[in-house]
Amino acid sequence: MADKLMTINLKVWRQDGPDKPGRLAPYTVEGVNPHMSFLEMFDLLNERLILRGEEPIEFDSDCREGICGSCSMVINGIPHGPHRGTAVCQLHMRHYRDGDTLTVEPWRANAFPLIKDLVVDRGAFDRIIAAGGFVSVNTGSAPDANSLPVEKAASDAAFDFAACIGCGACVAACPNASASLFTGAKIAHLSLYPQGEPERRRRVIAMVNQMEAEGFGDCSNHGECEAVCPKQISISAIAIMRREYVKAVVASND
Amino acid sequence: MNNQSRLFSALTSQVGRKVLTGITGVLLVLYLIAHISGNLSLLGNDPTAFNKYGAFLHGFGKLFYLVEIGLGVTILLHAYIGITIWMRKRAARKQGYAVHGSKGAPSKQSISSRTMIITGTVMLVFITVHVLQFRFGPGEAEGYVQTLSDGTKIHDLRRITVETFSHIGWVVFYVGAVLLLGFHLRHGIWSMLQSLGAMKPRASGTIYALAFILAIILAAAFIFLPIWIHFQGGAA
Repeated sequence: MADKLMTINLKVWRQDGPDKPGRLAPYTVEGVNPHMSFLEMFDLLNERLILRGEEPIEFDSDCREGICGSCSMVINGIPHGPHRGTAVCQLHMRHYRDGDTLTVEPWRANAFPLIKDLVVDRGAFDRIIAAGGFVSVNTGSAPDANSLPVEKAASDAAFDFAACIGCGACVAACPNASASLFTGAKIAHLSLYPQGEPERRRRVIAMVNQMEAEGFGDCSNHGECEAVCPKQISISAIAIMRREYVKAVVASND
Repeated sequence: MNNQSRLFSALTSQVGRKVLTGITGVLLVLYLIAHISGNLSLLGNDPTAFNKYGAFLHGFGKLFYLVEIGLGVTILLHAYIGITIWMRKRAARKQGYAVHGSKGAPSKQSISSRTMIITGTVMLVFITVHVLQFRFGPGEAEGYVQTLSDGTKIHDLRRITVETFSHIGWVVFYVGAVLLLGFHLRHGIWSMLQSLGAMKPRASGTIYALAFILAIILAAAFIFLPIWIHFQGGAA
């Protein structure tokens, strides 16, 4: 490997548990290959911490190919780091310079309680989905393919919203810790498919209520969520959520 | 749930609050456009134009007072919701970040989006002073009367304006307040349209730019008048 190895200085949020005090701890990672992903750099650091008999840094990761939504690090104040359309697992060290100092913090929101170090509990998102982010399908024999025609344009638009991986970067980036982009993406996605039609009105009201019950803040249209979203989901999802909500309230006769 | 409580819970939900902020915001921007249009009558050659405009509005009688009350309610509702949104936002992230950053475009985060609570609060104070000064300022009983060529006597609002802006302190106060209004509008005009769901991804950039232009035009017009009156002494 001809590439010059780098030295990266880190300040990482360390916290032993939910109610324990936390602090930014300094680490110097030498011998960082520029082709490493950001998480691989953390793997390297953790291996060395274990060898030294220290507690490794807890962080979430799973697929490491940008589609599972597990990884969650705020690097220098920006969730998933500086690159557009990438989760932190796909951020590579070549985008940094030898000797850079980076501050790494967990997602910050009361609705995402901290478990340990950089790991937070994103169960609030699951509960928003459980409140209405689904379609009900009767059991029985499988329906015929193409029995429900979907217009190409609607299908494409829905897929743009369905690309949400539920990582929570939108909440982490929002100055208000609002979950509007996540919730909006789920509502917009299902609002564009005929399968979403039967539960359309109940869905938007239940999901918006759950979002608030979880303690997320209000949206102030800063639009920072769209900038950090690894799937680049547009805040038009939030506009659709609002239209759907108003329609549901006006039309509801429950 | 009965209809009333369902409507109430809808209006006080996160989406409902935002929609209400957007609706009141649209009304207030429309009011600002009407307000500055009326004020521009101070610029013409006719020294009675502004007062005639005022008399014309008062001529609507009960309807005029109804609109005035409606405007007051709109401002208070807009401010109340804005303050509650700010309080909830503070409660939603008790532990903040050590380092702050913005990823840049397409983020619309800016000094104006982050200071809405400050510029909004200043507006509330400013509007109170402004209304006390002009709406509840010296009336016809205090001799602020203009006699038209046909002998009709009307309230001389122009004199209040000229007298107020003859003091450089008031000019600075008004210009400063309107400058902050410009910052509020820079984020607000775009935000109210997004809040009302009137946004297609492709139009978002254009609307954001147009909102900026409208904010500048409104702020510039409101800044121009006090300065112009100060140096012209209201002479047409």
